[in-house]
Amino acid sequence: MTPQVHYVLRLADTNLVLAQRLGEWVGHAPALEEDLGLANVALDLLGQARLLLAHAGRLEGEGRGEDELAYLREESEYFNLTLVEQPNGHFGDTVMRQFLFDAWQSGLYEALSRSQDATLAAIAAKGLKEAAYHLRYSGGWLVRLGDGTPESHARVERSLRELWPFTNELFDDDETDRAVVAAGIGVLPSALLPAWDVRVDETLARATLVRPAPVKFAWFGKQGRHSEHLGYLLAEMQSLHRAHPGAAW
Amino acid sequence: MSEAQKDWPLYEIFIRAKSGLDHKHVGSLHATDARMALEHARDLYTRRQEGVSIWAVRSTDIVASDPSESDAFFEPARDKVYRHPTFYDIPDEVKTL
Repeated sequence: MTPQVHYVLRLADTNLVLAQRLGEWVGHAPALEEDLGLANVALDLLGQARLLLAHAGRLEGEGRGEDELAYLREESEYFNLTLVEQPNGHFGDTVMRQFLFDAWQSGLYEALSRSQDATLAAIAAKGLKEAAYHLRYSGGWLVRLGDGTPESHARVERSLRELWPFTNELFDDDETDRAVVAAGIGVLPSALLPAWDVRVDETLARATLVRPAPVKFAWFGKQGRHSEHLGYLLAEMQSLHRAHPGAAW
Repeated sequence: MSEAQKDWPLYEIFIRAKSGLDHKHVGSLHATDARMALEHARDLYTRRQEGVSIWAVRSTDIVASDPSESDAFFEPARDKVYRHPTFYDIPDEVKTL
């Protein structure tokens, strides 16, 4: 697998897995309005994931389309960030995971819209507007919960503490990253950190939350080594296609 | 937010379909605050590109006429046909009136 295919799959898988997680809220959100709000974010991410998967399939040139890539790869062949496969938990957990992610993806798409890979640049430019809205949505909720009641504050404070260790991976550079940066295609993860810090610190302050201390621990989802949760998610997501190959609406 | 409120207040939502048209009432929704009302309205009522502008108004801020007073309010206009501009001959050249 070339670094470019690997890189595009990382972006695609990260979106696909998070879309699947958010989809789990449908029918279960605290209010009907939030049901639709979360589903909207999920659909935006899924739309981007489909474009990215199709692009990865074309780059790979082995005849795999978006469905083969989404439904017929094993856990170790998925390269999503470990943060997005974490379970939804309560609504505050989901909001926190989403906020940490949106703050990252906004910066990523901004930089990626200048990629030498014209398809990737176009997907990023489209996604940038969607990511800006997602950040507004998750950031708004984070401030409401953090600066809300003592109960909601305590809950999202715990969410922050639990999800914080997974943010290291967002800014971790490896060989694939360096190769696509050298080719003018990709963005160096560590270069996204300063802008992310600004976004996160500003919203955490408004949410009266304290940024946790840095953690050394790192995850390796983007290299295909996942937490215990991804396998279950994929089993559910892929079961229909595996039972009825090629099933369509 | 100083005190917790169990039920989210109701907002009435008005959407402008495109520039130049009026905002039209499309429905209502629940939200904890004005910002969330706009976001929910965006997610609920503009999913299929229905609008370019959203107004959200707290339902409790709307002053409404009382149905039991509708006779007093609306009956007196019934016999005043001269208020309708139907006594003009419209020139053939005017198509859009």
